[in-house]
Amino acid sequence: MSASKLKFGVVVFPGSNCDHDAYHAAKHVMGHEAEFLWHKEPDLKGADIIILPGGFSYGDYLRTGAIARFSPIMKEVISFAKRGGVVIGICNGFQILCESGLLPGVLLRNRSLLFSCKHVLVRTEHTASRFTNAMTAGDILNIPIAHGEGNYFAEPDTIRSIEENGQVLFRYCDNFGEVTDASNPNGSVNGIAGIMNAEGNVMGMMPHPERACEQTLGSVDGRKVFESLIDSFVTQAV
Amino acid sequence: MYQSIITITLRPSILDVQGKAVELGIHTLGLTGVQNVRIGKSIHLTVDAASEEEARAVTDEACKKLLANTVMEDYSFTVTKV
Repeated sequence: MSASKLKFGVVVFPGSNCDHDAYHAAKHVMGHEAEFLWHKEPDLKGADIIILPGGFSYGDYLRTGAIARFSPIMKEVISFAKRGGVVIGICNGFQILCESGLLPGVLLRNRSLLFSCKHVLVRTEHTASRFTNAMTAGDILNIPIAHGEGNYFAEPDTIRSIEENGQVLFRYCDNFGEVTDASNPNGSVNGIAGIMNAEGNVMGMMPHPERACEQTLGSVDGRKVFESLIDSFVTQAV
Repeated sequence: MYQSIITITLRPSILDVQGKAVELGIHTLGLTGVQNVRIGKSIHLTVDAASEEEARAVTDEACKKLLANTVMEDYSFTVTKV
């Protein structure tokens, strides 16, 4: 990392379609460095933070994220994550993280069977993570979703353990911050919209914070995810 | 050479929303006795292996590591000499 700028590495798979949004948010909105990382090149190019962006990698063939997980770059991403490197997966990126075993659980077909593309509200569960430290607990964020398979599922034992460990970071909620069935857009267990691993360095979420960083896009709440990430490096460096 | 025919379905504990939707469609045909529609995948492979045992092991590894996600899916397969 250079003096004050972090470097975001945005992985590009065939079929990624939110890679430019993530790049734009990191570089032009947040003012840090960003570089695209082609999935065939097993090189993270010195990135401090890896983003697995949204999209339809490999056409969602077989299962969402199942083939991308075997791209050459994923070996590097997995070993980076195992060494404590910071990795976030957004939408399809979240699905890839689950398929690669970096995050528990899986994303099933939405219970409505429909692709859902709209702004939703998510509640910040706690701020003791490098992905939420710029928020306050209970913060309600307005962030869009765009997915057909966002229905988070894991075995009851796994759900219990991620709940107890504070690994659930975001839940779909209503205007009052209540997690209700009506505010759950896809049927996720416990309204789960985003989780991190037990070590706290890998995070996946279905909503798209990179698409909610500028007022012209209808919301700037997604910036808080990027601010949290950036703050966590600043704090660590002190 | 051996041919493996693999069947992958959602685990019984998981609500198969696609199956439910198709079940409704079947009922609207008037076939109201149809229940428990589950939708899965059928994957066919030809495996170059020295024995059926080896072909089974190769198929099983492909299922475990890629073709099925055992968090949500079950798989089974048959192997026949071709």
